[in-house]
Amino acid sequence: MRRGQTVILNLVAVAALGGFLWLAEGNFDGYKIQILNLIAINIILALSLNLIYGFTGLFSLGHAGFMAIGAYICSILIMSPDQKDMLFLLEPAYDWVQNAHAPFLVAVLAGGLVAAAIGALVGFPLLRLGDDYLGIATLGFAEIIRVLANNFPRLTNGALGFKGIPDYANLWWNFGWCVVTLYVIVRLLKSNTGNVLKAIRDDEAAARAMGVNVFRYKLLSFTVGAFFAGVGGALLASLLTTIDPKMFLFTLTFNILMIVVAGGLGSLSGTVMAGIGITVLLEWLRVVENPVDLFGYELPGVPGMRMVVFSLALIMIILFRREGLMGMRELHWQSLFKVFSRGRA
Amino acid sequence: MNSATFIQHMLNSLTLGSLYALVAIGYTMVYGILRLINFAHSEMFMLGAYFVFWGITLANLPWPVAMVIAIVVTATLGIVVDQVAYRPLRDAPRISALISSIGVSFFLQNVAIVFFQAIPREVYRPQWLEDPIIMGGVRVLPLTLFVPLLSLALMLGLIWIVYRTKAGLGMRAISKDIETSYLMGVPVNRIIALTFGIGSALAAASGIMWALRYPQLQPIMGTIPGFKAFIAAVFGGIGSIQGAVIGGLALGFIEIMTVAFFPDLAGYRDAFAFVLLIAVLMFKPTGLLGERLEDKV
Repeated sequence: MRRGQTVILNLVAVAALGGFLWLAEGNFDGYKIQILNLIAINIILALSLNLIYGFTGLFSLGHAGFMAIGAYICSILIMSPDQKDMLFLLEPAYDWVQNAHAPFLVAVLAGGLVAAAIGALVGFPLLRLGDDYLGIATLGFAEIIRVLANNFPRLTNGALGFKGIPDYANLWWNFGWCVVTLYVIVRLLKSNTGNVLKAIRDDEAAARAMGVNVFRYKLLSFTVGAFFAGVGGALLASLLTTIDPKMFLFTLTFNILMIVVAGGLGSLSGTVMAGIGITVLLEWLRVVENPVDLFGYELPGVPGMRMVVFSLALIMIILFRREGLMGMRELHWQSLFKVFSRGRA
Repeated sequence: MNSATFIQHMLNSLTLGSLYALVAIGYTMVYGILRLINFAHSEMFMLGAYFVFWGITLANLPWPVAMVIAIVVTATLGIVVDQVAYRPLRDAPRISALISSIGVSFFLQNVAIVFFQAIPREVYRPQWLEDPIIMGGVRVLPLTLFVPLLSLALMLGLIWIVYRTKAGLGMRAISKDIETSYLMGVPVNRIIALTFGIGSALAAASGIMWALRYPQLQPIMGTIPGFKAFIAAVFGGIGSIQGAVIGGLALGFIEIMTVAFFPDLAGYRDAFAFVLLIAVLMFKPTGLLGERLEDKV
C-alpha cells in the first residue's frame, strides 16, 4: 500500500471519528458522553505509559505523579483569580498562583510541559536503575508528589484540593488531544528513534554495544511519556472539575497499567482497543457497587467489588495471555484489508 | 527534650523499627530467591491483623490463640498466592510476576473491602499490654517492650531456620543459583513455598502487633507500612536478612526521631522513606549489606 493511500485512510478515519463525536454530542446523554471523555483520556494516559514501558522497557509506576502535576498546573491556570480567592480557605495562595490565568489550550500544554520537565529532572537519577527498582523508585516519586500536594496549601490548597474547576474538557478537546498523542507517538516510533527505543527494550546491553547512548534515549522516551501523562491529568482535572491529593493514589497508575498490559505491551492499536474496553468495563462494573434505593431504605452496594473483578482480570491476563490482546502486533490498514479480502475469497 | 522523653522516643522507634523489620524480612527473602518484589506482601500484614480481629469477635478466642491461628492462616494464604499467581510465571520475564503481584495485592485489598468493609474497626487490646509500668522514672507501656521482644524471638527463630536447618540450606542455595539447585536435587518449589509461608507469617505477626500499637483496622492499612518495609529491605541490602532487620530498625528510628525533633515535618512523614529509597538507590543500590547482583548478558 502506498504512503499516500495510508494518509488518506487515516484522514478518513479522523473525519469519521469527528462525525461520530458530532452525532454523540447531539444525541447521547451526559453519562455516555462522560464515558466517551474518559475513554479518550485513558487512551492518552495508556499510550504514554506504553511508550515508556511497552516500547522502551522502562517499568515506570509513576504515572499518577505526572498526572497530578498536569492536573494541578492546568487547574491553577484555568480557574479565575476570583475563584481562587474563594477556594484557598486554609491559607491564601501564593501571588503568582492567585494571578495566573490562561486559556485552556495553554493551560493543558503548560501542565504537560511542567510534567515533562519534572519527568526529565527525576529521570536523570532514576533511569539509571533497572527493571523493578525503577518501578519502585518511580512509585516513590508519585507518592512524594502526593505528599507534597498535601503539604503545600498555598499552592495546592492542601488536602481539600480544588473544586469547581471550569469544565472546558469536552469531547472535542479530549479526542483532539487523543489523536495528537497517537500521532506524535506513532511518528516517534516510526522514526529511527523508535527503532533505537525498541532496541533498548529488547536488549539494552546489545544496544549499548552498538554505540547507542542508551541513557539519552531512555530519558527522551520518559520525558515524552511524562508530557502526555501531564496532558491526560490536565484534561482529567477539567473533566471531573474537582481534584485532591487522594485522587492520585497508586490505584490510578494501576488502572492505566492494566490497560497497557491488556492491550499488549508494545502495541498502540492494542492500547486503544483496551482503553475503550476497560473504560467501559470499569463504568459498567460501577453498577455492582452503587447502593440501590428501595422505598427510602438504602440497600448497600458492595464497595470494592469493582476492583476485585478488575484485579482478578489483570491476574488472569498475566497468567493466561501474557502478551495481552495484540501482543506486539499492530493493526494496519493493510491487515484490515487482508481480513476483508480473505472473507470475500 | 529530657532523658525520659528521649527514652520513650527510643522505645517507640524500636517498636516501629521491629515491625518494619519483620515485614522487610519477607520482602527480602522472596526477592533473594525469586528476584520478585512481592507487592502482595503488605496485604498479608493487613490480613493477619484482621484475622485476629475476627477470631476474637466471631469465635471469642483468647488473644494469644487468635494470634497463633491468624499467623498460621496467613502463612497458608501466602503459600496459596505463590502457587496460584507466581509459580506459573517462574519462567516468564521478571516483570510479569511483578505485575501479577500488583494484581494480587489489589485483589486481596478489595476482597477485604468487600468482606470486612472499609470502615475502620477498633482493635481489642489485652489488658496486660495496657497498664503502664514505671521503670527508673520512665513510664513504659508493656506494649513497647512486648513488640520488640516478640519480634526478636521471631527473628531468632528465623535465623535458626535459615542457618541451622536443611530447608534453610535449600533457601540459601536457591538464592545463590536456582538452576544449579534444581540439578543438585533441592526441592525448589517446596522450599519456595516454605519461604512464602515464613515471610507471610512474619508479616502477619507484624500486622497483628501493628494493630496493637495503632489500634485501628482498615483494608488499606498494609499499603504504607508495606512500602516502607520494602524500602527498609532495600536500605539494608535486598536479599540479606540481617540487612532487612537493620534497615527496618533504622527506618523506624529515622521516622520517629525526625518527627520528635522537627515536629514541623510531621506532614512529610510518609515521604521520608521514599526520599531515603531514592537516595539509597542512587548512591548505594546494593544497600548496606547487599551483594552485588550482576546483570547477566
